[in-house]
Amino acid sequence: MKNEALFRYLLRLGDDSLILGQRLAEWCGHGPILEEDIAMTNISLDLIGQAMSILDYAGVVEEKGRDCDKLGLLRFEKEYVNVLLVEQPNGDFGDTLMRQFLFDAFRKPLYERLVNSSDKQLAAIADKSLKETRYHLKHSSEWIIRLGDGTEESHTRIQNSLDILWRYSFELFYSDEVEIELTKNGILPDLSGIRSEWEATVNSVFQQATIVIPSNNWKFEGGRLGRHSEHFGHLLSELQYMQRAYPNSQW
Amino acid sequence: MVGKEQIYNWLEEVSDPEIPVLSVIDLGVVRDAQIIDGEWLITITPTYSGCPAMKTMEEDILSKLKDKGIDSAKVELVLAPAWSTDWLSENGRIKLHEYGIAPPEHEVDKSVLFAEPTIVPCPKCGSRNTRMVSQFGSTACKALYQCNDCQEPYDYFKCLK
Repeated sequence: MKNEALFRYLLRLGDDSLILGQRLAEWCGHGPILEEDIAMTNISLDLIGQAMSILDYAGVVEEKGRDCDKLGLLRFEKEYVNVLLVEQPNGDFGDTLMRQFLFDAFRKPLYERLVNSSDKQLAAIADKSLKETRYHLKHSSEWIIRLGDGTEESHTRIQNSLDILWRYSFELFYSDEVEIELTKNGILPDLSGIRSEWEATVNSVFQQATIVIPSNNWKFEGGRLGRHSEHFGHLLSELQYMQRAYPNSQW
Repeated sequence: MVGKEQIYNWLEEVSDPEIPVLSVIDLGVVRDAQIIDGEWLITITPTYSGCPAMKTMEEDILSKLKDKGIDSAKVELVLAPAWSTDWLSENGRIKLHEYGIAPPEHEVDKSVLFAEPTIVPCPKCGSRNTRMVSQFGSTACKALYQCNDCQEPYDYFKCLK
């Protein structure tokens, strides 16, 4: 493998999309209204499509002949490097939308920068995905405002979603030697402005939603290093079932 | 000797499996056709990352070429430059409208947060008094609208740029 840092970075990007896409797919047939059922599965499809492009490319960089199916469906728990946020259970509709919003508000400025990567394939994936992510962010932020600035019941519940999920938001900005190396060799453009852009988005939306960021800054991390929450094994057992039961099956 | 123009003409007969009124040429997903080492290479680009129709289009393109006597051909999926609804042909826009799907307006619904959604005229009665029911519709590329005048519910092929 010529570029291990790029491979590791692509796995992070791909796993975030794949696992969140899998979580959203669990809503299929269970949405509170038909339009939202369709919206969540549409977004799921976009994310899984993005994961396929990213993981296919990770396989090319790895040079071991693995494609998106092998990487996506046949690794062990500790080999997945998604952030803990995306593997959290769906909870109620508000919990799902809060998880989505925290993620979308991060993904949009990230893709806006990755479009300028010196790596042509990474830039192409980012350009393609950015167009979809704009629609996702619009959808999730409107729901946060509608629920927060809605009835007493919806306000209390979406505030509660934020109180629970906030501790997982910090890991979105996890950075280590992988990013440093890729920035040094020019593959990653300067990503330093993402956090302030993310903060501006969440502050503005939460203000309109009349909900407040919890003052407790306790954070949960570990996903980037393969240390997952107890929910993850259950998610994987469903995600990997077909490939484990019928190895190499295709459809 | 078959030329590129002939290949494109044949691909006019390959339709989008989810919007059968459109050919892959109308949709603008076919980017190039060229001969490499005696084999036709057709380059296509996905509309949406997770569009499940892409695999079917790939197979349909190969089987159409086979019908026309071209046995050795390959389809390659490329991501850049990213597909946008500007690549829909004018003919494709007319066909969509006749089929009852509102073709993409020329601007993206880009404003976040409660901005007025794009005005999409009703393909049935032409009224501009319409409303967006959902940003997400029956396929990744469509949104759901309803006409306030004739009450027709319809798909809008949403703008992607």
